[in-house]
Amino acid sequence: MTVKGYLIKNAQMPDGGIKDLLITDGRIHSLAVGINDATATIIDAKGCVVLPGLVDLHTHLRQPGREDAETVLSGSRSGAKGGFTAISAMPNTSPVADNAGVVEQVFRLGQQSGLLDVFPIGAVTQGLEGAALSEIGAMADSIAQVRVFSDDGNCVFDPLVMRRALEYIKKFNGVIAQHAQEPSLTVGSQMNEGEVSAVLGLKGWPAVAEEAIIARDILLVDHVKSRLHICHVTTAGGVEIIRWAKARGINVTAEVTPHHLLLTDELARSYDPVFKVNPPLRTQKDVMALREALADGTIDIVATDHAPHTMESKECEWQEASFGMLGLETALSIVQKTMVDSKLMDWAQVADRLSTAPARIGGYSDQGRNLEIGAKANVMIINPSASWTVDKDLVVSKSRNTPFHGYELPGVVTHTFFNGMATLIDGALINSGGSE
Amino acid sequence: MSVALSALEISRALTRISHEILEANPSSDLITILGIPTRGAHLAVRIAASMSQIAAREIPVGMLDITMHRDDLRMHPPRPLMPTSIPSSGIQGRDIVLVDDVLFSGRTIRAALDALGEIGRPRTVQLAALVDRGHRELPIRADFVGKNLPTSTTQSVKVHLTEIDGIDQVVIEDN
Amino acid sequence: MRHLLSISDLSKAEAVSILDTATELARVSDGAVKKLPTLRGRTIVNLFAEDSTRTRISFEAAAKRLSADVINFSAKGSSVSKGESLKDTALTLQAMGADAVVIRHGASGAPQRLADSEWMLASVINAGDGTHEHPSQALLDAFTIRKHCAKGAPDLAGIRVAIVGDVLHSRVARSNILLLNLLGASVSLVAPPTLLPVGIEKWPVDISYDFDAVIPSVDVVMMLRVQQERMSNLFFPNAREYSRYFGLNSDRLKLMSPHSIVMHPGPMNRGLEIAAEVADSARSVIVEQVSNGVSVRMAILYVLLAGQSLEAGEK
Ligand SMILES: [Zn+2]
Repeated sequence: MTVKGYLIKNAQMPDGGIKDLLITDGRIHSLAVGINDATATIIDAKGCVVLPGLVDLHTHLRQPGREDAETVLSGSRSGAKGGFTAISAMPNTSPVADNAGVVEQVFRLGQQSGLLDVFPIGAVTQGLEGAALSEIGAMADSIAQVRVFSDDGNCVFDPLVMRRALEYIKKFNGVIAQHAQEPSLTVGSQMNEGEVSAVLGLKGWPAVAEEAIIARDILLVDHVKSRLHICHVTTAGGVEIIRWAKARGINVTAEVTPHHLLLTDELARSYDPVFKVNPPLRTQKDVMALREALADGTIDIVATDHAPHTMESKECEWQEASFGMLGLETALSIVQKTMVDSKLMDWAQVADRLSTAPARIGGYSDQGRNLEIGAKANVMIINPSASWTVDKDLVVSKSRNTPFHGYELPGVVTHTFFNGMATLIDGALINSGGSE
Repeated sequence: MSVALSALEISRALTRISHEILEANPSSDLITILGIPTRGAHLAVRIAASMSQIAAREIPVGMLDITMHRDDLRMHPPRPLMPTSIPSSGIQGRDIVLVDDVLFSGRTIRAALDALGEIGRPRTVQLAALVDRGHRELPIRADFVGKNLPTSTTQSVKVHLTEIDGIDQVVIEDN
Repeated sequence: MRHLLSISDLSKAEAVSILDTATELARVSDGAVKKLPTLRGRTIVNLFAEDSTRTRISFEAAAKRLSADVINFSAKGSSVSKGESLKDTALTLQAMGADAVVIRHGASGAPQRLADSEWMLASVINAGDGTHEHPSQALLDAFTIRKHCAKGAPDLAGIRVAIVGDVLHSRVARSNILLLNLLGASVSLVAPPTLLPVGIEKWPVDISYDFDAVIPSVDVVMMLRVQQERMSNLFFPNAREYSRYFGLNSDRLKLMSPHSIVMHPGPMNRGLEIAAEVADSARSVIVEQVSNGVSVRMAILYVLLAGQSLEAGEK
């Protein structure tokens, strides 16, 4: 299909102004009131909001190794459906992305899909085992140009290993994304430790296991003057520590997932493992603290922690089930529901938290740009006054483990443009990407 | 709703049944009266008292809960069990008179016969009912009947007793 | 009521009705009657993914006294222990036409997963799941307490019960706390702080770390089993120290009020949480708990299954 470009008419910009936006040759050609172009495909965006394409700093794509749960292609399609133009593939694949070979493979698969940018995240330690550093330099110098390193799923627990990793990445302005989980306080843990776990007889996962690592790593990064990113903050206490660190000027950023902005540990009462996630769902008090922190910037970004799992990993006893939930296709709707509709944030802040800030943290220079003339046309459109009902059987991801099945959510993502090419039009994926 | 038996008629019927039982069982020292809870149990107590007076000897009386022997358990919500109390003379070799308030399909009596069979082997088993309303589904008949009440299956027969309901009367209701 | 997964499934009236039914059934089985036809033609499966001979035998005896057909699907040598998924097991039980599944499982919530799933239609009875609940044990404990302490009352109003030991890992304690409260008893938990769950402040119980202070004021001392492996997980220093502070020995037995009783769900660690002479003393109703178990489980099966509606076409 050859098109001369796309003219988005009467859209609300993140700052609230109503303009037309013309995309040609992969870039934003013009941005003004009353643009006319006879050759472009016209998109009537009246009542819709245009945002820079969303950027996810925390995605599990399962390839290589568990292609039955997700592939780079299926995850990319899921991302395009949710309005994303860049996602970041966590390294806990099989084999682990702890060397240049695996990150280049994932990067190339992303390029083949052509639906969005897939930026691989490299493992901090070999095999995610927490002992020896992986080939961080080789991954940084590979064609994937990895800048974000994480042992996500595992915590980089040994303080010396963490110190060395933080120091080593300074060479290329990298960042360590820490999964903060004190291991000996969480052996066999199943859900947030508190009132609900006590009743359900499921092994508790104390908030302090997360907060202790956040505090330690903040002190470490301050000492070695590097860059630290805290993955999926879930507790009010963790927020307080990060707020303290930022007030002291310490170079730390933090993310929150959509599900931790909405769901609580009360859902575990069903024993349905679709609500089993690492880190666990916490209490309403934590949820409110996370929303406040995202609004005031203590938490910099929303990241999905999109974690696809096959049916059999969830159709079982709670304690046997895998941790994780889908996130890409529902992320922006959850943010609208919890942050925008509740008046905690405006759309400009949404653009920052879901695009500009994550692109800056990840060093993704063509992503997260303000909507301005000449920028790569990574753009998405949401209709905030429409709503939809989540149906696990209709998700684009290969897996079905969405915790929002049956929820009616506000905000329908209608269009996604990746480098000027439409990947989603009127809610339908139009370029299915390369072959599997 | 119409009253089929007044308090006085109930009293007369029970007295008559008491006489008939004694006449039918000349060796009255072998008789044991067993009521089927809840109302049958109260009727059994009244009949036994009346018989004791007539015969000038204590007639043993007890009650037999048949809930666990019913064949229609799956059609109704589970009901609480009623107590079973067998007089110390037992049932072995005795003339047992079962007492129920209304004889209808006969299924309650079948269950009662099963329940008795679990406990022992009586010499005879006889049946007394305050009301026989017909519509039997099993080959069962009463030996002693207070009153035969021809009814349609759309009607229901309610026995009220002072011990439970504060009044003695039998009424027929149209559903 | 279709399933018995947790004591929280029961209203007070339902709980009392189960105890009343059990009382009548106990009288029946004490007499000449060993078998009732009540559940003739119904199939009850004992699905024991975790070994527990005593609970399985108790449910089996209860089911057989009600004339049900019993199928045992026990841990050793069955597919349950060979990694077959709960879903596949449930589909198998459905195909076998199970009317009720009595499940013992190491994973908290496994019975609820069975009950909530569309994998099978049978009634689910929780016979102990992980560290969650063990409702039939709590009902037989309440039955035993009522018999000894309630002075003819239908509930347990005013009765004081101490539950002593590893509350954190005890499904027996969780079910008992719920049921004792439901029936009006007051509950004191006595345990080292390490063996009480975080979040317990919200429970309707008193908490004490001082066994000696609690003993004289209670009508029932319910001891919980302490598993030896807890020591390696730093819950307490060693067995000797645990026994010294939280074991029921003959000195503590002397502190008990005159009509009070000693209970234990079994199996006991004699010499650890309970001294042999206490377990065998006149105050101990531990053996009676076992025999009451059959009547109470008959009552549970009766209440869950007797009223279950027929499938279409059957009359
Ligand atoms: Zn993580």
